[in-house]
Amino acid sequence: MSKHTLSVLVENKPGVLARITALFSRRGFNIDSLAVGTTEHPDISRITIVVNVESLPLEQVTKQLNKLVNVLKIVELEPGAAIHRELVLVKVRADNETRSQVVEIVQLFRAKTVDVSPEAVTIEATGSNGKLEAMLKMLEPYGIKELVQSGTIAIGRGARSITDRSLRALDRSA
Amino acid sequence: MTEQATGAHHPQPRARNGGQPPAITEHVTGAQSLIRSLEEVGADTVFGIPGGAILPAYDPLMDSSKVRHVLVRHEQGAGHAATGYAQATGKVGVCMATSGPGATNLVTPIADAHMDSVPVVAITGQVASKAIGTDAFQEADICGITMPITKHNFLVTDPAEIPKTIAEAFHIASSGRPGPVLVDIAKDALQAQTTFVWPPQTDLPGYRPVTKPHAKQIREAARLMAEAKRPVLYVGGGVLKAGATGELRVLAEQTGAPVTTTLMALGAFPDSHPQHLGMPGMHGSVAAVTALQKADLIVALGARFDDRVTGKLDSFAPFAKIVHADIDPAEIGKNRAADVPIVGDAREVIADLVVAVQAEQGEGRTGDYTEWWESLNRWRDTYPLGYDQPEDGSLSPQQVIQRIGRLAPEGTIYAAGVGQHQMWAAHFIDYEQPATWLNSGGAGTMGYAVPAAMGAKAGQPDRTVWAIDGDGCFQMTNQELVTCALNNIPIKVAIINNGALGMVRQWQTLFYNQRYSNTVLRSGPDGQGIGSAEGQAKEPGAGTRVPDFVKLSEAMGCVALRCEDPAELDKVIAEANAINDRPVVVDFIVHEDAMVWPMVAAGTSNDEVMAARGVRPDFGDTEED
Repeated sequence: MSKHTLSVLVENKPGVLARITALFSRRGFNIDSLAVGTTEHPDISRITIVVNVESLPLEQVTKQLNKLVNVLKIVELEPGAAIHRELVLVKVRADNETRSQVVEIVQLFRAKTVDVSPEAVTIEATGSNGKLEAMLKMLEPYGIKELVQSGTIAIGRGARSITDRSLRALDRSA
Repeated sequence: MTEQATGAHHPQPRARNGGQPPAITEHVTGAQSLIRSLEEVGADTVFGIPGGAILPAYDPLMDSSKVRHVLVRHEQGAGHAATGYAQATGKVGVCMATSGPGATNLVTPIADAHMDSVPVVAITGQVASKAIGTDAFQEADICGITMPITKHNFLVTDPAEIPKTIAEAFHIASSGRPGPVLVDIAKDALQAQTTFVWPPQTDLPGYRPVTKPHAKQIREAARLMAEAKRPVLYVGGGVLKAGATGELRVLAEQTGAPVTTTLMALGAFPDSHPQHLGMPGMHGSVAAVTALQKADLIVALGARFDDRVTGKLDSFAPFAKIVHADIDPAEIGKNRAADVPIVGDAREVIADLVVAVQAEQGEGRTGDYTEWWESLNRWRDTYPLGYDQPEDGSLSPQQVIQRIGRLAPEGTIYAAGVGQHQMWAAHFIDYEQPATWLNSGGAGTMGYAVPAAMGAKAGQPDRTVWAIDGDGCFQMTNQELVTCALNNIPIKVAIINNGALGMVRQWQTLFYNQRYSNTVLRSGPDGQGIGSAEGQAKEPGAGTRVPDFVKLSEAMGCVALRCEDPAELDKVIAEANAINDRPVVVDFIVHEDAMVWPMVAAGTSNDEVMAARGVRPDFGDTEED
């Protein structure tokens, strides 16, 4: 099994996310991570899905996704040729004694302290999955009180845009 | 799916037409807009039942001179009728129901049409848009419910979107790989005032079915066919849906390769053709099953390597290279890896293959299948389809079905339920033309036959339509005979009445020590009426028949006949064939222990095909075992 990141461009219409997630579950695939948002085009949403599958079933799930009428385009973003980012917000126990150590870790990982109280600090960090895991490992001894993580979003390196051509297709039909 | 196959009757929705004014603009209600849209898209027959949420649509429907509405007795009947209509005519079938239970009763036929890729549009009423999500009376999230079993579905709350949505629904249902599309329309959208605009501007940027195959792949397929020693053309329902039977025949005769047609493709290649090996799969002919197992090349055309065809997948056709042509890219490589994948409409694929094979042959590369045919003919001659007559002089179900096929007028359409009678109808009736065999292949929906036959007859009123049904299936949907009787849809129904759920009983005979748990439908001779029995009955077929199908059918406005004696078989069938002004039901009382052979037991390899009980064909390979 290996992780694959799929960028799925869809029509921005009600119920489209349900169609996609339902397809994964009924075809027997697990979603590792999911992130949804609009794009530079208000009629197009972009769903970034990380799945843990072999390449043959990946091809099958991609083909099945492509059959959904609201799906415009699917691109697999290879790790080397794309930038992957996640966002975490983490509340760490920190009092007068440990706060400076926690803040030092925050600086090491180029994260941000976004809230401070006498017993805790809240940290905002973005990065690849690996970097964030490393940071969380460092913070763990101080006591993680609460953790919230976004799904991975990803974008290809270089000047090429995967939305360009889909936009043109959309314009033609509009 | 080609334009021709889906019927060129409905104008395809146009993409935005460059600022030209639309041809038709009318100020109407949403309900009128719906009926006008159905008229413009060419829907001439709708099967349905009204109810609260869809009620507004039924008022203008009453005045339409173009759309005939057939009032069914159960929404499931409407759905299967739409499917039967679509399969018999090649056009899109339409069914209509109200919200909540009306819509959920369509779920089975929608799933059925989805599995068999039948173009159907289901229109359902929905509660008013403000009430959606409040658990309102007769509210059901039918879009959510049918999401996995439709090709696409729509919820319409804006009346202005009705024409566009209907145009898109018909386009999606009938193009590419056909399938069911559901349009759920909120009651307030039907009631509101709106503007009907036709042709509407459709907007489907994510829907682009590929129909034209890659030339390189076609050439490669033709090359493999020339090189092969043991090829088989494995033909599926896609060939029928693409209207490619003419092209298929040319390809088969040009190459001389054997042909096997799946359950969904019966009629795609004439059963009487010398190159036809019969049906493959669990109950396929020994020749067809064995041909696929021994083949060195399988050319799959509009087929999907379904588990009923392949048996245990990892031992299926172990020596074969695979050319897989399908209009749905997701089918290619889904179950069996393809050496040559071809995405395209079967008609274009086969037409291109014919040209490519011609080119190969022109350069002196023609496949030599002489030895292959020696083997194929040996298997075919040694293990033909057959059956034994019951020793007690009762009717054999196979003979009943065979005689119906022989005595039926040319061009007769057959619709089967699901079970033993379905397999016998596949085996013992000769299908010479496309669209003469309707059945529930993928979903295996018991109760399909009567309503599907009704739909077929409504779409093809000049053809004879025989439903071949079992007594179990018949009891699920027979109420549509009332619809047939009252709407001048004179179908013929053969109940192959063995007093049992025959196919399940067959498995209990073979795999459950003849413990007939809940497969006995008639009451037993000693007053047992609890549905179960142990061992074979001392007096097969004895016991009272509840219900009495003759009385039941007469009560529903049909002519009803019964046949128990083989000597009277032809006379009774002729009598049924002679009645064309009313539906006819014939209750054929047949032996309960007849079984479907050949058979590949579930989960085993197709190498283990049994020609009859305890008879494994000898392929001369026993020393290898």
